[in-house]
Amino acid sequence: MNNFRIIFLGFILTFASAWVGLAMLPSRHFATLQPVPDATSGAELPPLLDPLAQRGARVYLANGCVYCHSQQVRTADAGSDIARGWGERRTVSRDYLRDQVAVMGTMRTGPDLSNIGVRNPSDSWHLLHLYNPRLTSPGSTMAPFPFLFEKVKAGPQPRADALSLPAEERIPGYEVIPTDDARALVAYLKSLRRSAYSLPEAPLPED
Amino acid sequence: MKTASLPYVEHHRESLDQGVHLRIEVDRAARAPITAFFVTAVFWLLLGSMLALVASIKLHTPGFLADAAWLTFGRVRPAHLDTVIYGWCSAACIGVGLWMTSRLCRAPIRHQRLLLGSALLWNIGNAMGLVGVLGGWSTSVEWLEYPPVAGLVLMAAFVPVMIEAVSMVRRRQPGHVYVSQWYILAAFFWFPWLYATAQVLLFWHPAPGPAQPAVNWWYAHNTLGLWFTPVGLASAYYFIPKVIGKPIHSYYLSMVGFWSLAFFYAWNGMHHLIGGPFPAWLISVSVVASLMMFVPVITVAVNHHLTMRGNFDALRWSPTLRFVVFAAMSYTVVSLQGSLTAIRSLNRLTHFTHYTVAHAHLGMYAFVTMMMFGAIYYIVPRLTGREWPSAAAIKAHFWLCGLGVILYWVGLSIGGFKQGLALLDESIPFMEVVKRTLPYLELRSWAGTMMTLGHIIFAWSLWRVLTRRTPATGKATLLAPQAAALT
Repeated sequence: MNNFRIIFLGFILTFASAWVGLAMLPSRHFATLQPVPDATSGAELPPLLDPLAQRGARVYLANGCVYCHSQQVRTADAGSDIARGWGERRTVSRDYLRDQVAVMGTMRTGPDLSNIGVRNPSDSWHLLHLYNPRLTSPGSTMAPFPFLFEKVKAGPQPRADALSLPAEERIPGYEVIPTDDARALVAYLKSLRRSAYSLPEAPLPED
Repeated sequence: MKTASLPYVEHHRESLDQGVHLRIEVDRAARAPITAFFVTAVFWLLLGSMLALVASIKLHTPGFLADAAWLTFGRVRPAHLDTVIYGWCSAACIGVGLWMTSRLCRAPIRHQRLLLGSALLWNIGNAMGLVGVLGGWSTSVEWLEYPPVAGLVLMAAFVPVMIEAVSMVRRRQPGHVYVSQWYILAAFFWFPWLYATAQVLLFWHPAPGPAQPAVNWWYAHNTLGLWFTPVGLASAYYFIPKVIGKPIHSYYLSMVGFWSLAFFYAWNGMHHLIGGPFPAWLISVSVVASLMMFVPVITVAVNHHLTMRGNFDALRWSPTLRFVVFAAMSYTVVSLQGSLTAIRSLNRLTHFTHYTVAHAHLGMYAFVTMMMFGAIYYIVPRLTGREWPSAAAIKAHFWLCGLGVILYWVGLSIGGFKQGLALLDESIPFMEVVKRTLPYLELRSWAGTMMTLGHIIFAWSLWRVLTRRTPATGKATLLAPQAAALT
């Protein structure tokens, strides 16, 4: 094999075959996928994110949540996802139709978040958990996000949005309040409710 | 074997007088641009190792450096990955690949300034990417976290590399085309094609959400398979015969190894998505292609082993050979492990666990990085006319990094395996799963510390050479001069 033209043609053909098969075809395959109307309300599924949750999705990307948290629920034969209560049905491709970046994830240092908004819809829990995960979940190794919060001087009246910290975490004379980014992130997490609706190809189990 | 000796005869004809002069000319022409790629690569290696240590410690001690946004785990981890992938490994591969092409084509590098510009731009791209990821503009697409504008700069920086490679091939002196040249030339075209495809389909004109992970993992797996692996294997094919002074065992095996890699590796990647919401054919085709990787891997392993047979003694004295053979053996292990992990039943256990992270380090570190160390130990004295300062430093580098990565791989694989077993059993609470991985994550930080120390020693050696504080070439710095004299 001393003819570089033939060798070069080989480089191109071997690579191009997989390029078509694994990059171009999947992109086309999903291009026709559309939202479906909900059987009862007629609203489109999956639902659109509101602007605050959309901003929260960007906070999720910027801070690399995907490196520890997946967002995919697999069928029972693939793993314990459903048995662990991470979702009532498997997630399907239509579930990711609204995502700017589909963060399905490849690692579960932390639990799956496909349905964290169903499992835990409490604002105050999420805010406290983001500020210091060990306050709500002893033993957690999750990164704390103190930089999503502000320390403000306490006024005569306690602020409504201040975190209710346990005594040993409080800073005398100060209150800790969430930034807009923290609120947005919580709005996004609460929007992750894929088991809240059925899709034709992945109905919720009837019980 | 008559056929097997042909490439060797062609390849080593340069030992004639004329050959020596040409070799000196080739190395002189390569000196500025290749040194620029190597030096900056080692800078990113050091920075990337520090980021790795910070990320690793955070996984078992989450309060460590937790106050600043730019040091949060989810930013430091991708910053580590991208700086070692693009800043270190890719720059080292560009340098090693261009130098080998120049030697094998017997064509001196012609566009020094253009390549110096390329090295500068490559570093600007990496710096922009690092600032972007730490600053909060990460894309959160694995292996492609740099903001797209940094990707644009990296692509521009790669153009001169392709131009020079084609120019050298066109100017090559008549004779046999050695297998290393195929690998390198292919890699120099596959990588930009891959990278541009991923940038377009993920950022500039994004594919629909559900398709993105497919494009993402096709890219990420093939950056290893069609960029780092070919340059790594080209190095093994080049340096093993060079150091032991014996031709590669079989020309035909090397052909089979190359074309089966080109054909099968490109279809890998989707096995990272097993269980996910994708058409069954998409995942199955990658599982099959993964298993078919047995063909190129075993072919190459047999070929290298039969070349080395009877010459393992040279490992005692040659720094280059020690790193290269360690890397080549790691390639065999990581590839076989990867093929097996793609099988659905095993993947069920290892998916979503630290086992995959351990596997990735066996590939990118024990194979690619160790191979680049070996190549740089060979090339730099020839570029600079200076020897390495100390055999002890090279030994310390080898053992710290070699043992470090073995400890890393073994420890984290066991940890990941246990994590996988526990995850599958829903009666084990999630927090208990987390707890069970902690000792292995701590072990990983220690292993990473060993590897980082090795890198610091390596950087010190390179610094001594470049500041001309080491003896001029003549008496090579060997690990056991007495043993070398006997062979």
